[in-house]
Amino acid sequence: MPNKVLMQIRNTALDVYNKIKKKKQPTLTTPIRALSNVTYNVKAGFFELNGKMKTRTLTASTVKSFAQTLRMMALSKELIKNNDIATKREAYYVSKNWGDARFNEQSDSDSVMDDIEAMFGVNREQIGFIADEHGGDVAGKLIVHDKNEKGKPVRIDCTKMGSGAYSIPTSVEHLKFETSAKFILAIETKGMFERLNRHGFWKKANCILVSMGGVPSRACRRFIRKLSDEKKLPVYVFCDGDFYGYMNIYRTLKVGSGNAAHINEYFCVPKAKFIGITPKDIEEYKLPTHPLKEVDIKRGKDALKNDPFVLHHKEWQKAIKKQLQMKVRAEQQALAKWGLNFVIDKYLPEKLKNPKTWLP
Amino acid sequence: MAPTIAEEMARKQREISIAEFFEKNRHLLGFDNKRKALLTAVKEAVDNALDACEEANIIPDIIVEVIEMGSDRYRVIVEDNGPGIVKNQIPKIFAKLLYGSKFHRLKQSRGQQGIGISASVMYSQLTTGRAARILSKISPNKPAHYYELKIDTSKNKPLILKDEEREWDKPHGTRVELDLEGSYIKAGQSVDNYLKQTAIINPHVTITYVNPKAEQIIFPRATEEMPRQTSEIKPHPYGVELGLLLKMLRNTPFRTLQAFFVNEFSRVGAGTAKLICEQALVPPSISPHKVTREDAEKLINAIQKTKIISPPTDCISPIGEELLEKGLRKEVNAEYYCAVTRNPSVYRGNPFQVEVGIAYGGDQSQNEPATLLRFANRVPLLYQQGGCAIYKSVVQTNWKPYGLNQSNGALPIGPVTIAVHIASVWVPFTSESKEAIAHYPEIISEIKLALQEAGRKLQKYTLKKRRVKEELKKRSYIEKYIPHVAIGLKEILDLKKYETENIENELRKMLEKHRGKLEDMGFDPSKNIDFDEELARIGKEEEKETQEEQ
Repeated sequence: MPNKVLMQIRNTALDVYNKIKKKKQPTLTTPIRALSNVTYNVKAGFFELNGKMKTRTLTASTVKSFAQTLRMMALSKELIKNNDIATKREAYYVSKNWGDARFNEQSDSDSVMDDIEAMFGVNREQIGFIADEHGGDVAGKLIVHDKNEKGKPVRIDCTKMGSGAYSIPTSVEHLKFETSAKFILAIETKGMFERLNRHGFWKKANCILVSMGGVPSRACRRFIRKLSDEKKLPVYVFCDGDFYGYMNIYRTLKVGSGNAAHINEYFCVPKAKFIGITPKDIEEYKLPTHPLKEVDIKRGKDALKNDPFVLHHKEWQKAIKKQLQMKVRAEQQALAKWGLNFVIDKYLPEKLKNPKTWLP
Repeated sequence: MAPTIAEEMARKQREISIAEFFEKNRHLLGFDNKRKALLTAVKEAVDNALDACEEANIIPDIIVEVIEMGSDRYRVIVEDNGPGIVKNQIPKIFAKLLYGSKFHRLKQSRGQQGIGISASVMYSQLTTGRAARILSKISPNKPAHYYELKIDTSKNKPLILKDEEREWDKPHGTRVELDLEGSYIKAGQSVDNYLKQTAIINPHVTITYVNPKAEQIIFPRATEEMPRQTSEIKPHPYGVELGLLLKMLRNTPFRTLQAFFVNEFSRVGAGTAKLICEQALVPPSISPHKVTREDAEKLINAIQKTKIISPPTDCISPIGEELLEKGLRKEVNAEYYCAVTRNPSVYRGNPFQVEVGIAYGGDQSQNEPATLLRFANRVPLLYQQGGCAIYKSVVQTNWKPYGLNQSNGALPIGPVTIAVHIASVWVPFTSESKEAIAHYPEIISEIKLALQEAGRKLQKYTLKKRRVKEELKKRSYIEKYIPHVAIGLKEILDLKKYETENIENELRKMLEKHRGKLEDMGFDPSKNIDFDEELARIGKEEEKETQEEQ
């Protein structure tokens, strides 16, 4: 059966080739991946692409990426045909052999790769590339059924990771889960994950801990979504009390991003809820704070103005405005003021019992 | 009674003749140093020759010889085919300062004050003790007349040392021969450069020049057409000062003030004359000789308040855009030329006209300041560039929009030659040596307008050149990636070699077609057929030689 993506690559190239033979300007169009070109599909729960496209052709401003896109598509074709994969970094280095068309920075290479994904509506693995980002750590009452390098089944028990954790692989589609946990707790910082893991919080609360380690990678988002969908588990998110935590981490996990708008659909968790640290928490729990910096304030104001997710949820607007008024932010680890295990003994149990204090 | 100190001093005071004055103040006339002295002598003689020919409507053939006599002495010989000078006038013209036909009239001509040639004679006599030798013939039917002359400086009168008839095979003309102390260099402010620029700005003249190295250089004329005859005009009331008005009132033959104004001035009719008189509360019927000093002052004020039409301007003969450009073409091998002749304008009642020529690019150096050529009444100005109104106007014009670099208060920098010519019935110089033009605001303003007009023409060219350059840059940038587009397609579609090459060619063709045909803005040095390389070299190459010698 001919690979769908190979056909897409071939057809796109053929289109360019024919246009040139007919002495017409060849073009490559891809969707614009930005917040300005998404709509928040509330029912489905994620950011959807609108129609705006960008075109690359034989002009001084776009010819370079035009050539680079074609050459990367050719690389994809080779990877798929040979059943091989290349990391994003490797793809960047391959380009160093392309003479004038080589990428100067990896960010340029990543961007062209994302464009090709968007052109064909596929995930990067389908065009032969994998991320080199860190997947995310998992601990708790969960059994994962994976395969080893020879394709033989492997059974991983996440309760038996000792003081460590299970690391989410790059590709999660093939995983199968077994669990008796009641919910998934997604945590921003490694430090907080460490404390909860060391003191067996997942045992006490009967949950699965996932450390996102900052902005969650695609694999991490897909993992949480898959696990939550298949085992019908609610997802609660616990981040620092600042705009980065709310927007870059939580919002991306929940509805996706402008940059990944072309693949958001399966890579977000619309069911997720934000349990803390909320601006109200900062006041109620009298947490030690830091003043908001210029960059924080700008982030908050931008979110109020431009983010379709915020624009839809009044509670988030209230929360952001409140924090801008308060002019301070607080980290999740600030709870240690009231005792190292205050978070385990008091904060989390109280919050989990009280949905009224959550944000959508 | 013993004389008072004042009486003692009075005994020592005596009248100083104008000749004695200039004897001690040579720098005022252009004889400050030996190099300049040689140039000034040649210049004065050539100016007179050209003026004479043009007045007589004879197409000029001038011969200039500079012979090295040793010990810094040179013999300067200037011979023309002009109308010649009447025998009786010769001594006064050559050996009496401030004698001439030109001071009392307003007419565009090279010589203005009647000092020039006599000053040269005086300088020659001062430095070598020798007399000036003049030969002149006014008609083929009459013999030529030969004089040897000196100046009696205490009385400002000619001393005739020889006076005889001679045979001369020319039908008419004048030949001036002077021995003087001087210094000859080929480059820069030199006789060679002066003659070359004179030839450029006077395309109807042929000059044959024999330099001190006995090399003969001919500057052939570029046109047989004589320039338009200039005409004399009466002074315009706006330009008259109290002193001149009083003098005119005293000397006029007209019997009423009204008639005086109508006849002695330009642009004054009976009505205007009456208006002036009424405004000044002086009766128009009064005799001009009876007008008092106070009345004259009132008349001056009245004139300024009365509306009088501008003076006639057809008395000026400009070079014209075509010939100005042609002259530049001979001298500079450039990519682009343009010339502008403005309409005549007026300063202090005197009509004047400004012309500008620009030669851009080509052989000229990119990072040097512009070469500025200045001319007044078809005479090159080689000295006092910094003090000249032309220089000031160029420096105060903003050349950056026209494609040149420029620091504040300096000449523009770039491959450009700017030629500026001012023609007037009376050119205002900063000193008697006629080296730089005085800073009248009306003149500076006109020059700037002319420069800007020419600059705008230049701008069209430099903008076009820059656009083409940028377009070429863009194209070569895009071209860089065309092979990669072809490689991408080749790898995806498994194209054969010829198919890939085909694609590359198609892409190149498409690039050219889509972006339009580019004009070739390159400089072809052989394209300018008017360029005379030998001519251009005159006055330049020796700078290198002198540098090597040093």
